[in-house]
Amino acid sequence: MSRSTTNRIQAKRSQASPSQASRTIWAMPRFRWAALALLERNFLVWKKLIGPAIVLNFGEPLIYLLGLGLGLGHLVGEVGGLPYLVFLASGVVASSAMTTVSFEGMYSVFTRMVPQKTYDAIMATPMDIDDIVLGESIWAALKGLLSAIAILIVAAVLGAVPGGWMAAWALPVVFLMGLAFVGPAIIMSAIAGSYDFFNYYFVLVVTPMFMLSGVFFPLDSMPHALQVGVQFLPLTHAIEIIRPLIVGQPVEHLVLHLAVLLFFALIGYFFAVAMVRRRLWV
Amino acid sequence: MFDPPMKKSVTVAAPVVRAQGLVKQFGQFRAVDGIDFTIPPGQCFGFLGPNGAGKTTTLKMLMGLADFDAGSLSVLGQALPDHARAIRARVGLVPQADNLDPDFTVRENLFMYARFFGLRRAAVADRVEALLAFSELAAKADAKVETLSGGLKRRLTIARALINDPEIVILDEPTTGLDPQVRHLIWARLSELRARGVTLVLTTHYMEEAERLCDQLVVMDHGRILDQGSPKELIQRHVESDVIELRGTVSEGLFTTLRSMSAHAERQGTAVYVYTHAPAPILEFLGDDSELTVIHRRAGLEDVFLRLTGRGLRE
Repeated sequence: MSRSTTNRIQAKRSQASPSQASRTIWAMPRFRWAALALLERNFLVWKKLIGPAIVLNFGEPLIYLLGLGLGLGHLVGEVGGLPYLVFLASGVVASSAMTTVSFEGMYSVFTRMVPQKTYDAIMATPMDIDDIVLGESIWAALKGLLSAIAILIVAAVLGAVPGGWMAAWALPVVFLMGLAFVGPAIIMSAIAGSYDFFNYYFVLVVTPMFMLSGVFFPLDSMPHALQVGVQFLPLTHAIEIIRPLIVGQPVEHLVLHLAVLLFFALIGYFFAVAMVRRRLWV
Repeated sequence: MFDPPMKKSVTVAAPVVRAQGLVKQFGQFRAVDGIDFTIPPGQCFGFLGPNGAGKTTTLKMLMGLADFDAGSLSVLGQALPDHARAIRARVGLVPQADNLDPDFTVRENLFMYARFFGLRRAAVADRVEALLAFSELAAKADAKVETLSGGLKRRLTIARALINDPEIVILDEPTTGLDPQVRHLIWARLSELRARGVTLVLTTHYMEEAERLCDQLVVMDHGRILDQGSPKELIQRHVESDVIELRGTVSEGLFTTLRSMSAHAERQGTAVYVYTHAPAPILEFLGDDSELTVIHRRAGLEDVFLRLTGRGLRE
């Protein structure tokens, strides 16, 4: 490289970055134990409202499984070689975790970020946005896990968990799946002007996954193009692991499905941190 | 064994904040436009200025909550932005808008905030009770935050800012919108903190507050520092010792005479302000004109403020 080119590049560089090493929202987020303080905060608040939380976690799946599983199941009979109630229960475990995590990452996170200014208060302590987003992500994934546990218990009582204790292996997968879903939800919070904005995400992202990722009917009953398309959706991969574990069948392509969920979790966390920084940094 | 005799030397304590050439830009707008200041330890240091002068941005920079585009800034001997987390561990912030946690009670807010500093609950239990007493919140300790009045919320916000036993407390308009009782209580508590050696850094619109609390002041406008010094120094430097305020109809002829008799006179609406070091002849000249209301007072910071930043409305 010629000397003049080098000089020009250096001149450009010093122009772009003044004397200060300015922060960039794209700096790699760091994982720190400080995130646990936020987890503690959310847990203490949740504990105060434990009654309604439990009713929601157990009541909703009970109605779903009884209504659709028994009612529709009576008409449908067997799906994919499984009694419909079993097929449905194993799908709802995953879809319910998705919905729970998405709600937490949007409505609750937005509430703390914007109207309540909770994050502003926390940012005046040694905690950083990295810690806040990590804490929120783990918390949301735990709430998703709790809803999955509730459904598994209800399904087991209804005799819809033929896999027995093997189904417990689905729980770490649900947690990972929660982490895969929380990033996009927090990104929505970070760019939302108001709560209404979340309608887009629910209609364009959550509902299509809910209907197309194999919760209510098997993928092979759909047109081929759609079958290929849903392979890009994280819920599809979550169900591909969770359903056989609950049913008591071997899981196919386990590593691939886990890798997809892990990919969404890491990329989601990275962009969630960047977008929250963009919103809250001065 | 014996301790060596204490050296009796005059040591100038190192400043707790050192800012040089600070600039903060939002697009084309320079919110802070090259300011220098140093804050000595154990003092109350005030930023005075109209809305949009750059005060809040400056405070945010002190905590590493706002980035700066040029200049250098160190707090408690550590440079920003690299040591922002370490600095925040030793500083308390009372923000302009209350951001208490509405899901918790008063006491829970204090405990939870300690956790964000990485402090253990058992380690701060005594401190929480002491702060509740300090802020006169003990009776409300178990009340939910959303049920509190503005004054109680502000007292809790101040208590919360003290949970990490900070060396510097930064207060952004600490008494705006509060009734006189609460304002006086807060002033008393802030004086107490200062007496204990805590450095206070505050912004305010209230000249009375600045005059009472602050050892040192900077007057800011349009992102620049117009002047700095103690309240007394600023008054001596910028305005005359006395102000005679006239309310009522002041004729052009009378106004011209008053201008010739004083150092400075100005009209503002239906009032005329006459600044002078020798009020007696003017008061005598005015006599007891029944048409006018004449108020004679000593010049204060408000007069300095208006002289430096002008009387034009800002928003």
